[in-house]
Amino acid sequence: MIWRRPFPWLIALATALFVLLPLWRGSVQLRESLLLAAVYITLASNLNLMIGYAGYVNFGNIVFFGLGGYFCVYLVNDWNWNLVLSALAAGIIVSALAFLFGLGILRLRGAFFALATIGVNEAIKQFVTNFEPWGGATGIYLSLEAYAPLGGPRQALWIVYFMLVAVMALSLVASYAIKNSKLGLGLLAIGENEDAAAILGVPTPRYKAIVYSVSAFLPAVAGGLYFFKSGIIEPGGAFDLTLSIEAIVMVMLGGHGTIMGPAIGALLYEEMRGTLLTIPTFSHFQLVIAGLLLLVIVLFAPGGLMGFIHRHWPASRKFFE
Amino acid sequence: MIGVLASIIDGVLVGAVYGLAAMGLTLIWGVMRVINLTHGAIIVFGMFALYFFVSTLGLPAYAAVPFSLVFGFGFGVALYWIAAHRVIDRPILMSLLATFSMNMVLIGIGTALFSTSPYNVPVSLPGLRWQAYTFTGTHIVAAVIAVAIAGLLYLLLYRTRIGKAIRAVAGNRDAAELCGIPTTQVLSFAFGLGIALAFVSGTLIATLFPFTVLSGQAYQVKSFVVTVLGGLGNPAGALLGGITLGLIEGAATPFMPVSWIPIVEFVLFVIALLAFPRGIFSFSRS
Repeated sequence: MIWRRPFPWLIALATALFVLLPLWRGSVQLRESLLLAAVYITLASNLNLMIGYAGYVNFGNIVFFGLGGYFCVYLVNDWNWNLVLSALAAGIIVSALAFLFGLGILRLRGAFFALATIGVNEAIKQFVTNFEPWGGATGIYLSLEAYAPLGGPRQALWIVYFMLVAVMALSLVASYAIKNSKLGLGLLAIGENEDAAAILGVPTPRYKAIVYSVSAFLPAVAGGLYFFKSGIIEPGGAFDLTLSIEAIVMVMLGGHGTIMGPAIGALLYEEMRGTLLTIPTFSHFQLVIAGLLLLVIVLFAPGGLMGFIHRHWPASRKFFE
Repeated sequence: MIGVLASIIDGVLVGAVYGLAAMGLTLIWGVMRVINLTHGAIIVFGMFALYFFVSTLGLPAYAAVPFSLVFGFGFGVALYWIAAHRVIDRPILMSLLATFSMNMVLIGIGTALFSTSPYNVPVSLPGLRWQAYTFTGTHIVAAVIAVAIAGLLYLLLYRTRIGKAIRAVAGNRDAAELCGIPTTQVLSFAFGLGIALAFVSGTLIATLFPFTVLSGQAYQVKSFVVTVLGGLGNPAGALLGGITLGLIEGAATPFMPVSWIPIVEFVLFVIALLAFPRGIFSFSRS
């Protein structure tokens, strides 16, 4: 039984903490920082499906987040759809696009795929910058009326926060479910050795396209909610390659291929980033520090935090997956 | 019609410089199977080397070229030991991430030093007039220098001992080691060479266009397109690929707004990757 294992309870506990902590403290500041953490955890967990499970580096993972944001904000603003519907629609559209696209570019292996994903992000950013219905380079601004159905801006922010926490919890559940499924085993096999996996009967092109598409869905929904909350979306902010890379740092920091690792990495990174940004000397060197951190992890601790814990306390594998 | 032709010729001139940049990328891939994601940052540093020479020291612009080659080489050897040496035989994921993290560090330092505002180094040379069109002098000189450096690289790779060693290591590292070639040194030399090419191409690009710390990304994507067109790991193909890309850009510019060019490039990139994974110039399919 799944409920006998400790891990689902950990997810439930983390979600409960995310919901209750800001309510209990009544602190908007805490809510904002947890909101960012929830977004990061969503991005990192879904990116981990590609990097950790299938061993494919997706440098352009932020493209899902940004496109989801654009579709959702566009539907809310121009078509007056309600938020939940728009966010879900954005997720489905982006996921479908990712599937179609994945069938094409996932024929590329390893390094070539990674190169293509950088190109995807740049090309879509350029496309959106030139796309007039989405406001071109200036983007889309939401009017205050967009928040009216949720009971005004103040209440809307709380509602969006809870939705984002739900998306975060779903990401963790999805990571868990996929890892324990046939798909997950197939992906891990692809990550180990793609040719061997294909020979043993893993339908590699289909599995890769499926996981590419799955890893697009929740980030797109999160992007929709996040940019709805911001009230503005423009190409520079939506397709920010830096955030893409930061998501990779989070995954590697926590430990790729594990379920908790990316989430812990995201939390740690969010805390670190917050601290660095408030110290004036370091605020300009945020990228440098993230880079050095990534370099040190890659060179000396490729398993990340979870890899370190698993190596030193093998018994912990049962509890922290 | 003549306008289009002029635009194409100009594109080819600029394309030779793209080819030079891509040669650096493709050389490193060919020798050690590492995709160098610091490429864009190195190009940017090359650009700022020109800025430093002209605006700070007041020297003539093209004096920066030999300096860039030497400095870029030293920088590349250092970079090899920092970021590439430990990841060469590890999964591709690791070398991608290691070079990317160095890219972040370099761009971060660059942003802190120069901010992200645009820079422009004015280089004035007389142009060549042809009917109603003038070919900018800087474009011609940059193309000539790019082709000359490419020729030097050819001589180095095919007419010297170290070049032979580089080709041996690219072919089979273990066998080269058994033949008494110090492969680690050769790898660091090749990495330095690749970085030097990227660095000097940055210097040349800076004589043509204004730039910012973040321009590297766009040129890096161009280099990827060029390497894929020319076949990864094939320096001569990279030069031809660069010229092809310049030709396509030049032919497309009169017909569409400049901001659509990256999308065209990307589409080209994906098509080339899927249809010609070994490059459009690889005639021998052995």
